[in-house]
Amino acid sequence: MEPSIATSIGKIQLDKPVMLASGILGISLDVFNRLYASGAGAVVTKSLSTAPWEGYPNPTIFSVKGGGWINAVGLSNPGASNFAKMIEPNQDVPIIVSLVGSVPEDFESMIKEFENCKVKAYELNLSCPHVAKVGLEVGDDPGLVKEIVSTVKKSTSAPVIAKVGLGTSNYLNTVSTAIDSGIDAITAINTVRAIAIDVETQRPILSNKFGGLSGTPIKPIALRCVYEISSQYDVPIIGCGGVSSWEDAIEFFLAGASAVQLGSAIGDNWVGVFDEINKGITQYMERKGHSTIKEMVGLAKKS
Amino acid sequence: MQRNLNHPTIVTIEKVIDETPTVRTLVFSDEIMPNVLPGQFAMVWIPGVNELPMSVMISKESGKAAFTVRKHGPSSTGLFNVPVGGQIGIRGPYGNSFDVKEGKLLLVGGGTGLVPMMRLLTFVKPTDDVTVLMGAKSKDEVFFEALSNELLANNPHRVIVSTDDGSYGEKGFVTDMVEKLVSENHFDAVYVCGPEIMMYKTVQSAHSRNIFVQASLERMMKCGVGICGSCCVGEDLVCRDGTVFDGEHLSTNKEFGHLHRNKAGILENY
Repeated sequence: MEPSIATSIGKIQLDKPVMLASGILGISLDVFNRLYASGAGAVVTKSLSTAPWEGYPNPTIFSVKGGGWINAVGLSNPGASNFAKMIEPNQDVPIIVSLVGSVPEDFESMIKEFENCKVKAYELNLSCPHVAKVGLEVGDDPGLVKEIVSTVKKSTSAPVIAKVGLGTSNYLNTVSTAIDSGIDAITAINTVRAIAIDVETQRPILSNKFGGLSGTPIKPIALRCVYEISSQYDVPIIGCGGVSSWEDAIEFFLAGASAVQLGSAIGDNWVGVFDEINKGITQYMERKGHSTIKEMVGLAKKS
Repeated sequence: MQRNLNHPTIVTIEKVIDETPTVRTLVFSDEIMPNVLPGQFAMVWIPGVNELPMSVMISKESGKAAFTVRKHGPSSTGLFNVPVGGQIGIRGPYGNSFDVKEGKLLLVGGGTGLVPMMRLLTFVKPTDDVTVLMGAKSKDEVFFEALSNELLANNPHRVIVSTDDGSYGEKGFVTDMVEKLVSENHFDAVYVCGPEIMMYKTVQSAHSRNIFVQASLERMMKCGVGICGSCCVGEDLVCRDGTVFDGEHLSTNKEFGHLHRNKAGILENY
């Protein structure tokens, strides 16, 4: 029997285990349809805020010399209300809505905007490393994480995911606070705060100076985090950080993730990357005799 | 280390050519940019100002390329003001390119939309019969007329200039001239780059007569590689699927000619 690559992240069921990560391409329903047709199991939207944000001036994204990408887009997005209207006609694509805000009320009001939309889950951005007062600055504050997660859980019946990253405090505290507050799943990790400097002009290249590093260079770090979380907590995990091949996806499953997200790989390999990875996972499962993704989740910890 | 094409490479401006009071061409040496295809672009970093998608202009000197920029907003004005000796960062080239057809060709360019057309002219065969149509607001803003004639010296060709105010060449809008040309002549292919409405009407004029037509689109861009989504037009990403699209495809796109996204990603009317 052909192995199944369908997966469950707690209550979230997907036909395919590779999702589009937040911040990538997530701006038009036409593009979502295209990505879904290209093999994405779900698409996570750009992080939406209560009002439209223009983001930072360019340069905002480029590749770093050793590989991988650095970005400080600055969470540009059309705002939750405009975005909800745009995705209202959607029936087919599993859309995970990413939200960013500073206080519980921000999240509560944004969720109300989506009452006429089919939302697979919400993902709370507690980890963007380059915008003040939101993202990591929220994730680093356990009291705020508790308030936000509790409020969001009361505001929606859809599953809620917390996306965590490496800030100034121990990210595992954010994970445990989120779990205690009722979170349904964890996405780990976000980009890692970084900087790029040009030697000729002797200045930082990003207009915001600081940004987030993504892609291949952060994969071992992301994998370590997934391994740590799954070792210490009983919570469904989505692995994110440097996934660009089926081997990467399998590594994340073996470390304890039930699904993965990717973004930078699109810059390198374009949208065909989803089907390519799905196919590679299927072939690996056939070779190893696994019939479900679930069988592989966390296997590396048993060795 | 091998050059990372997605990371800004610093080049120095060696020559600045004033094309019109508002348009300048900045020439620089580089290993890659002189050899890009017509329709491809670079992301150009003006340190301390911004980074812009720019079509790569040809240079008469080997090993050199250029950017031709009209001063408009703060970013393009920033590039316009880079002096000889000034440093800019370039990454790319990005995007696809025009399909070079043979026979009777019509190239339509508005303003700096002429840049990919000049590069396309370096790809035509000596047997091609080439018409270049360029639009400008007034006589002061006409540029690349002499260059077009020079590049086409060995071809049967025609260079037509139309100005909105009639101060030079034909009077009227480029799109009216396109309609006239395609209704009175048989063309094997039409290529267009310029303001979106001009491209939209040109595509309509040609496509409705079953003439092969391609347009090189422009959108706000951040990454250039299909990550950020800023440049999406319907389901297409201008940076990765374009910049060049067939009229056939564009005629099914709901946003082309009507809508573009602002910095927050909200659709706005042209």
